[in-house]
Parts: sequence; C-alpha cells; structure tokens
Amino acid sequence: MHPVRKKRLLVITAIVLVLGAAVGLVMYALQQNINLFFSPSQIAMGEAPRNANIRAGGMVVKGSVKRNSDTLAVAFDVTDFQHKVTIEYRGILPDLFREGQGIVAQGKLNNDGVFEATEVLAKHDEKYMPPEITEALKNAQRSTGESAESAQSTY
Amino acid sequence: MFPEIGQFSLILSLFFALSLALVPLIGYWKGNRPLLETARPLTFIMSALVLVSFVILSLSFLTDDFSVLYVAQNSNSQLPVWYKFSALWGGHEGSLLLWVLILSGWCSAVALKIRTLPEDIGPVVLAVLGMVCVGFLSFLLFTSSPFARLLPDVPADGGDLNPLLQDFGLIVHPPVLYMGYVGFSVAFAFAVAALITGNLNASWARWARPWTAASWAFLTLGITLGSWWAYYELGWGGWWFWDPVENASFMPWLAGTALLHSLAVTEKRGVFKSWTVLLAIFTYSLSLLGAFLVRSGVLTSVHSFAADPTRGIFILALLLVLVGGSLLLYAIRATEVRSTVSFGATGREAWLLLNNILLTVLTLTVLLGTLYPLIFDALGLGKISVGAPYFNSVFTPIALLLMVFMAVGPLSKWHHTKFSVFFKVCSISAFIATLSAGLVVYCYGFGLIAWLSLTVAFWVVCLSFSDWFSKVSAGTKGIIPRARQLPRNYYGMLLAHLGMVVTLVGIVLVSVNSHESMLRLSPGDRATIAGYEFQFDQMEQVKGPNYVASKGQFTAYKAGKAVAVLHPEKRFFSTRQQVMTEAALDAGFTRDLYVSLGERLDDSAWGVRIYVKSFVRWIWLGGLMMMAGGLLAALDKRYRKRAGV
Repeated sequence: MHPVRKKRLLVITAIVLVLGAAVGLVMYALQQNINLFFSPSQIAMGEAPRNANIRAGGMVVKGSVKRNSDTLAVAFDVTDFQHKVTIEYRGILPDLFREGQGIVAQGKLNNDGVFEATEVLAKHDEKYMPPEITEALKNAQRSTGESAESAQSTY
Repeated sequence: MFPEIGQFSLILSLFFALSLALVPLIGYWKGNRPLLETARPLTFIMSALVLVSFVILSLSFLTDDFSVLYVAQNSNSQLPVWYKFSALWGGHEGSLLLWVLILSGWCSAVALKIRTLPEDIGPVVLAVLGMVCVGFLSFLLFTSSPFARLLPDVPADGGDLNPLLQDFGLIVHPPVLYMGYVGFSVAFAFAVAALITGNLNASWARWARPWTAASWAFLTLGITLGSWWAYYELGWGGWWFWDPVENASFMPWLAGTALLHSLAVTEKRGVFKSWTVLLAIFTYSLSLLGAFLVRSGVLTSVHSFAADPTRGIFILALLLVLVGGSLLLYAIRATEVRSTVSFGATGREAWLLLNNILLTVLTLTVLLGTLYPLIFDALGLGKISVGAPYFNSVFTPIALLLMVFMAVGPLSKWHHTKFSVFFKVCSISAFIATLSAGLVVYCYGFGLIAWLSLTVAFWVVCLSFSDWFSKVSAGTKGIIPRARQLPRNYYGMLLAHLGMVVTLVGIVLVSVNSHESMLRLSPGDRATIAGYEFQFDQMEQVKGPNYVASKGQFTAYKAGKAVAVLHPEKRFFSTRQQVMTEAALDAGFTRDLYVSLGERLDDSAWGVRIYVKSFVRWIWLGGLMMMAGGLLAALDKRYRKRAGV
C-alpha cells in the first residue's frame, strides 16, 4: 500500500476504535443512569415503575413533615394539588427545603407506593423553581380545569 | 445622571465596535494602509468606553443607587462594601457587562501586541474580535441593559445579593472564569483571520499559541476556584457535581486542551493545520454554548439565572451567526490550507493526534450527557436528568487512557521514533509504577480502580522525570546549566502534566479514602469518624452585618489530643428570608476535617454532616500547577519576537 494511504488508514482505524469504544460506553452508561421525572399524579395513576431509579417532586404539603425523634429519618408528602405521594428520606435536607416549597427527590418507589429518596434537591434561590415542577403543576392545573368544566357540563 | 452616561457610553462603544469590525476589513481588501491602521485606535476607544460604563455601574453599586433596577435587585445597603462591588456580577446583566469588559480587555491586549504580527494580519484579527464585540454589546444593550431605571418609585432598599454569592469565592471566580472563556475568542479570531487572509502557515500557530495558553491557564484557574467554592460554600462537601453549568465551563477546557496540543504540532511541523483551525472554532463555540446554557435557563442547574427566553434566542442567534459564518468560511477556504507535509506514524505527531482524538471524544461525551435531557424533552420522551454516574463511568476510563499516553508523547521525537528508544524507559517505569501503586493499595486496602489510577499517576511521574533527566544529562555541560537552557515551554508542559497527576491522586484518594457521615447530635455528644473524635461543645447565637447565625462549636480530637476547633454556622439572611449553611473546615495537606450543620431537629439536636476528606486539597493544588504551567508556556521567550525577524 502507498505509505500515505497506509497512514490515513491507521488514523481512521484509531478514530473508529476510540469512537466505537466511547459510543459503547456512552450507551451502556446512559441506559443505567438516566432518571425519568414523575409527578405525584403520574405516580398515583401507576405510571411510574416500581423499584427503579426515578425522580419525583412537587410542593411539600404543609404540616406533613414528620421526623423520627432519634435518627435523621424524615417523611413528608409532596403534591401537585391533585395527588400526593409520601417521600421517606434519611439524612440532612437542603437549606431551602421548607413546607410549601417545590422540591425534587431522587430514589425508588417501593411496593407500598412510598418514595424512598436517596437525595432531596431544593432550589438554590428562592425565586427559582425547578422546571419539572412548574410543568407538573401546570399539567395538574389543566386537568383539574378540564374536570371541573366537564363536571359542570353534566349538570 | 451617571447611569445614563454609562448607557450612552455603551451605545458609543457599540458604534466603535461596528467600525472596528468593518473598516480594517475594507482596508484589507482595498490594500489601503491607513484604513488598516485604524484598527488599533478603534480598539482602544471601544475598550475605554466599556470601561467607563463598568466603572459607572460599580459606582452605582457602591453608592447604593437603588434607582437603578439592577442595583435594586442585587444589592442592599446592609451589604459589606466588597460584596457591593462583587454584586455587580451577581446577576445576568452585570455579569454580561463584566464579560464584555473582559472581551474588550483581551482586544486591547491583542492591539498592544499587534506589532508582533505581520502588518496585514493584525488588523484583520482585531476586526474579527470587533465582530464578536458587536455581538455581545448588542446582546447587552438590546436584551439586558444593566442601567435600566426604576423611576419615579425608587425603593428605599435593595433586594439583596443571593446569600450563596456573598462569599470570597464569588468575588474572584466569575472574573477569572470569564478571562478564560472570553480569551478563547482571541484564538477564534486568529483562526478566522487566517481563513480570511489564507495565510495559514506555521507562524500562524506561533502567534495563536501564547494567547491560547494564557486563556487556558485562566480557565483552569476559574474552574479550580469554582470547584473549591462549591466544596466549602454549598455545604455538602462535593467538589464536582457534573452540573450542566460546570460542564459548560469544562467542555471549552477539554477542547482548549486539545487545541493547545494541536497548535504545538502545527507550529513545529506544519501539519494538522485545518484541524487546528477547526478546533479553535469548536472551542469558542463551546464557550458560547456554555453562555447559552447558563443564561437561557433551559437546563436545571444551581447556577441558573432567572430565565428569560428572549435572551436564550439572542445567544442562539449569536452562536449561529458566529459559528455558522466561521464554519462556512472554513468550508470555502480549508481546502487551500491542507497540509502538504507528511507525518510519521511513530513520531510525536501521532501521539498528539491520539491526544486530540481522546480529548475530542471526552468533550463529546460530556456534551452528550449535558444536552441529553434537552434532546429527550424535545422528542417528547419525558423529563430526565443524567446523573453523575453516567459521567463518572464514561469519563474515567477515557481520561485514564489519555493520561497513559500523556507521559509517552513527550518522550517521542518528531516525525519518527525508534521503538527501542522508549521501550526500556517505559518498561522500567511501568514496573515501578505498578509495584509502588500496588504497595499503596495493599497497605490501605483500596480497590482495583484506585490501583489502576495510582499506577497511571506514578507512571506519568516516572516518565516525566526520566524525560527531563535525559534532556539535562546529555552533553558535556553540567546538569544545572542545561536545565536552565530548556525552554519555559517545556517546563510549562512538565508542570501542567504533573499538575494533572496531582489532581488525579486527589480525586482517587478523595473517592476511595474519605469518610462521610450524617448524624443527629446535641451539644455534649461525641462521634468518632475515621480515627477522629468530634465533640459537639456548644451552640450560640451570633449577629453578622446582614444576618443572624446559629454558630456551633466542635472540637476534633485525635488520640485524645485536640487537633482542631471548628465553628460551622447556619445563617439567616432577613432581607431574602433565606437560610445558608456555612461549613467549617480544618484544611490539611493530606486530609480535611469538614463539619456542616443541617437542620435543627428539636430543642437541642441538630443534623450534622461530618466528613474526613482525604487529600482533597490535591485536586486544587493540581489545578494551580496546571495554571502555572499554562502561564509559563504563554510567557516563553520565543513568542516575544517581532514579526518577520
């Protein structure tokens, strides 16, 4: 083979090998590590998978935060004003975690329908709202609006 | 009155930027020397005008002029004076003004050094920079003017700076980071000017190299500062979160690293020319993409500015015009600049090519992970987040591979290297590295990944040292005079590579040898973590300039002896009704003790995080070494020669 072509072949082989390995790695890692977001309504309708890593979130229901008196275990409800889901967590909640505020939790939904969180995220700025929650609230509002209208029309 | 002058001077500077973008180019096409020579004065006037409006905005902050909307939103009369100044870049508008100020600063620096370039190329470079300035100045003026007034209802006091940003880290992190981000526009301007003039030879790479090295050094320092700030300020002790905005600064860094290496090949050997130009464009596009991700609010991130869709669209348009235009130019002109020199498959060129392939792949994997949620959402598949495990599992193996080759490249010679040259030194180094890493891992009971990574670290150290030694011991002169003769460039490389190793060691030991626990403690309680005994002594209330705080006192004992007293705080900022965690640290060369308060659980008990972090300082120490290496390379003597000499 011509030396220039040989070199080109070498370069292209190197690129293809590295890219191929990287793509394989990326596909594998993406399969393992993407976390879908589910709103409390979706969880209540049974759309969320059980025992798989997902994220859930909503507004923390006022008066729902219950702490264990000996450990760091805590349980609270989040809502999209349609349905509620209970989140259990063991650890320290973020500074901006407050009743009535929006949070997103990462973890698994267990067989009793309780969300066992491994991480609770709150926003870092009181003006900022996680976009997932904004959308979940909007969707929930839309469906309540519709159901209210359809309820009226049946009269 | 003053804010209007600031606004006016911004408008004027936009006009000067417009003329800077046009006049020298017309001069270039007409071959008109006087028109070409306007580039320098136009750049200085434009920069001076931007500086005037920056100074005016800082004065508005320092004098608490709450009639200016931006000041009213981001400052407060209770704020300590240095935070009043840094609050200028605490929000979108002001940070964009800082961006423009730094951009015009780089333009002036190029204008000052213009004599090192041929007479017709320097002004074209400045004209391209002028176009970039036009883009950002109009972005500032049309969508986010920091001088908008709140008249006639001037608020009595301002809305305060986000408490998270009231910190030394925020004073230094954004300016340094922007120095890096924006600095790549100089490399971009050189690339585009080379395409316009068709003058793409080895000397082009020599001019672009010091600028690229300098901005790379600033970006390295900026990322390091950001990581350090996140570690002590966010209160959960992580040093890197793979947050979209962190990735936004990391991608230009990766691409910029590739650019630095391929510029070296282009300068020394005249190959990879078109690839280097493409990489310069790519690096700058990534830094614009970063600006888009941060300022448009399309991604969930701790850094998000309050979202405004028009801003996102403006940056997207800017990105399309600048990147699309330069890529179009590239498509038209690149065939003319193809390398005619060949390179050997066993020479240093080949190793640096491998470096570039790996760095590009790394950049793409980070890009994919960052944009994947956007793509997923756009396709209507649902809202997802890509977590840190994705990045860790993809990034780590490729980065380790890159570091294996990082040590081999400098050993090899240009064009062709005999296999026997590095066989001996490589096998000895591999032997030493595997054994010594194995010993460390065995003694401390670490796992396989730690063993692999430490082997790579020792391998790089061994090879770097033997390379240096072979360079200084050859010849008849003594070691010290020869060591002095080696170029700064070489020492810069050595320092940056060793910095990478130091960071790697820090990362490995932090992840395998740290002890973290979250506990419920009341004053008087004790807890033992990793051989340290922490006693929660007491809790008191203290008052700061614009907050009240619960301040805890913890004493750490090792083998019965007190080694540190730590004061973590929980601060309550009344203006924003916001709570902030202030972690307490006892920093050390081999370990950090880290205590931060969670929530108050009942009358006396608090949730407390106590971490013993192993070698965490090394991560940033390595970053500082890399920065120093970059600066050393930028200051190499041979870049100071005048053109044509």
